[in-house]
Amino acid sequence: MELYLYIALFAPLVGSLYAALFGGSPKSQHVGIVASGLLFTSFVSSALLLSYVLGGHTVHVEMMTWIATGDLYIPFGFVVDQVSVVMMMVVTIVSTVVHIYSIGYMDHDKGFNRFFSWLSAFVFSMMVLVMSDNFAGLFIGWEGVGLCSWGLIGFWYHKESATWAANEAFIMNRIADLGMLIGIFLLYWNTGSLQYDVVFAEIGNLPLVVTTWIGIFLFIGAMGKSAQFPLHTWLADAMEGPTPVSALIHAATMVTAGVYLVVRANPIYDLIPNVGIFIASLGAFVALFAASMALVNRDMKRIIAYSTLSQLGYMFVAAGLGAYWVALFHLMAHAFFKALLFLGAGNVMHAMHDELDPFKMGGLRKVMKGTFIMMTLASVALAGIYPFAGFFSKDLILEVGFVEHHYVIYTVLLLTAGLTAFYSFRLVALIFHGEERYKLFGIHPHEAYKFMLVAMSPLLVLAIIAGSFKMTYYQLVTSLLPSTQYHVHGEMTYWIMTIGTQLFVIAAIVFAYKKYSNWNSVPDGSSKLENSFGYKLLWNQYYIPKFYDEVFSKPYLELSKIAWKQIDLKIVDATVDGIANIIYKTGENTRDIQNGNLSTMLRWMVIGLVVLITLAVAFTVGYNAVGA
Amino acid sequence: MFEAIAFYLFAALTIVMFTITVMTSQALYAITAMAAGMIFISAFFFILGADFLGAIQIIVYTGAVMALYAFGMMFFDTTRDVVEKRTNPQIVFVLGVLAAVMVVAIFVAPIVSNNIQALYPIQEGVGNSQAVGMVLFTKYLVPFELAAVMLLVSMIGGIILAGKKMDKSLTLMAEEDISTMDDGFEPQAGGH
Amino acid sequence: MEITLSHYLVLSTILFAIGLVGVMRRKNLLMLFFATEILLNATNIAFAAISHYIGDLSGQMFAFFIIAIAASEVAIGLGLLIVWYKRTGKIDLDQMNSMRG
Repeated sequence: MELYLYIALFAPLVGSLYAALFGGSPKSQHVGIVASGLLFTSFVSSALLLSYVLGGHTVHVEMMTWIATGDLYIPFGFVVDQVSVVMMMVVTIVSTVVHIYSIGYMDHDKGFNRFFSWLSAFVFSMMVLVMSDNFAGLFIGWEGVGLCSWGLIGFWYHKESATWAANEAFIMNRIADLGMLIGIFLLYWNTGSLQYDVVFAEIGNLPLVVTTWIGIFLFIGAMGKSAQFPLHTWLADAMEGPTPVSALIHAATMVTAGVYLVVRANPIYDLIPNVGIFIASLGAFVALFAASMALVNRDMKRIIAYSTLSQLGYMFVAAGLGAYWVALFHLMAHAFFKALLFLGAGNVMHAMHDELDPFKMGGLRKVMKGTFIMMTLASVALAGIYPFAGFFSKDLILEVGFVEHHYVIYTVLLLTAGLTAFYSFRLVALIFHGEERYKLFGIHPHEAYKFMLVAMSPLLVLAIIAGSFKMTYYQLVTSLLPSTQYHVHGEMTYWIMTIGTQLFVIAAIVFAYKKYSNWNSVPDGSSKLENSFGYKLLWNQYYIPKFYDEVFSKPYLELSKIAWKQIDLKIVDATVDGIANIIYKTGENTRDIQNGNLSTMLRWMVIGLVVLITLAVAFTVGYNAVGA
Repeated sequence: MFEAIAFYLFAALTIVMFTITVMTSQALYAITAMAAGMIFISAFFFILGADFLGAIQIIVYTGAVMALYAFGMMFFDTTRDVVEKRTNPQIVFVLGVLAAVMVVAIFVAPIVSNNIQALYPIQEGVGNSQAVGMVLFTKYLVPFELAAVMLLVSMIGGIILAGKKMDKSLTLMAEEDISTMDDGFEPQAGGH
Repeated sequence: MEITLSHYLVLSTILFAIGLVGVMRRKNLLMLFFATEILLNATNIAFAAISHYIGDLSGQMFAFFIIAIAASEVAIGLGLLIVWYKRTGKIDLDQMNSMRG
């Protein structure tokens, strides 16, 4: 089994290095095929490991010693247990699909090879993140995915906005990673180890205050990676990257790393329910907050990004309330349908020549039948209609909120579920139904390559049937995670809740369809609704980016300018230049010494002698003064 | 008392002689004064009981070195006055005096004489020459031999540098080449 | 009136200073050699005096070697001087400026 573990882990790395070999050369098809093939190998290995783990075993290997100094011992260890194998499956399935899809999507791109290098490197980092058996290895993967995310968001680096978004994502994550690092330091300080098993065995003996701080700092790291408020702005801007990247990184895998961290560290969070409540409240807030922003947005990818944000909020609600297995389940289900949604959006973008405004589309279902079906089904799954995947996972989270008596959270989540259904189908309706508004802009849309649709189909299947794995999944992960069953008391309440939710969601869908499926004009910002305060507030993302810009970026810019003009130019540069000038002028003035005249040289020699003797006397006197 | 008178007398004479050597513009005065100074210095050696050294001083310096200089002077055109460009004589004297003062300061400081210990003490009842010979051929044998080699080398070097046509090998040259060789040389004026 | 080591050392220093002045002042190379001899002799006096007052023969040994070096120096130096004179016809220090950069 260890062999499969190494194959699953290192196949993406090999793919990345192979693609990197051709990084500078123009597009070569074989790069994409080899990278995808290696990813598929990784997937197969992960599947074999899954079947092995289903048999009740786990694999734990220690590849090599990484750091061993004094009491600090950190090996490169990897573990395949019930939690990491689920993550491995999610990562490898989605990334294999995305790789194959990218062969078509990036077909005409100059950076084809470079793209696959980054993408495979990302998968490798993600595998390190989920498979590591200690916090240090997790952190390596954590930083690795951050780096690859930076490289992929800024993939079209000639676009100013793309590089800006890449830097924003990287810097925001840096801030959060500092918190995480502090958390890891605290863990090491107090438990003397970073191995999961050792840490979790020790954690119960620590003072509650320490555990609380550890939990808070680790969660700050998770907040950055999973783009929770107030570090959420980077995720929407990260949509500057190629769409497969958005599907893989900013929907299915990397952004869920924060959830994975909380799930993985569940023994810590079990001890500090207050922090858990905070996490859940923040999650619920983000769920509603992000969904509200998605309501009015006119950028297809950003809408899906906000939806991701909102769903991450759901996951944190579950994780915060101690329903770790529910969080992980929603993570898995969400990965499938959200990646599908993104890839569908990618098809639409291609067809529309990178047009992102759904108001400029309309009626695309006639030309893009396959994409239409997939995106509709993905949206249904996202909305949580029975029997799609979203129903099982999302409904469970609502039940968790209800059973744990957090009725505010429950209400917020229920409302958000309605909003989710509304904006999802607003998008679908605007893109695929109604008049063919794109004709105004002279665009001739076409369906994507057939193999891209075929590549997407596994995700479609999983988005539909993932819910039916619930019991198997439950039995699998609860051998590691707390196995609380969440059942609403009373059959009646349960049915009322479920059916009520379904009706509410369906109502939202119908409303969205009614409102948008016959849309016939492109809004120009003059209508009454668009000028209302609420609309503007949502349109400007609650003015948070602006606020950050004013409060953090601009003063920082001013500070930097001061540092540049006052400190750097006047002190640092002046010092360096001064030294150079002194040397230069000394040389200029002492040129006469080297005039080649021997008697002058002799004179200088005597001066040197005098100086040396004087020094000798001075030091001797000084020495005696001290010695005596 | 006798020692003191002798010391001061010879000290004064040596200083005067060397000052003349340094200050005069006549090469002949300079070499004569220096030869006298060398002899006066050997007097200090005798006063200090270093008889052998005094003898060597007279033989080597006044005998060999001065003779060499005399030959050198004959070789060069030194009858004319030596032209010295007197640029900033003050600096020269200030530096000289300063160096002297500093060295005196070092020598007079008690630490120097207190910290010196005898490595090869002078043995009682043995003459100076004998004692010198014993030390020279035991402890200082290697430096002595090296000095001998050095003298040999410098002798050969001096001969080659000053000799005529030493860069050509007479044994390897044909008869006619030797006969056409120009003996005597003219200084090639004009630099290189 | 006792003559101590210091007397000798002061004398040696005075002679050394005279030599230094000569080294700095002279432009004629031959005269420069004279000044060098004075420097060497000044140190010789110091060595001999220290040897006497400490009761150690090492000082005299050093004086011997200095005399040997002085002799070699004169031989080689004069040889070089002659070569130089043959080439240029001058032995003036100020005109030896081939080291000007």
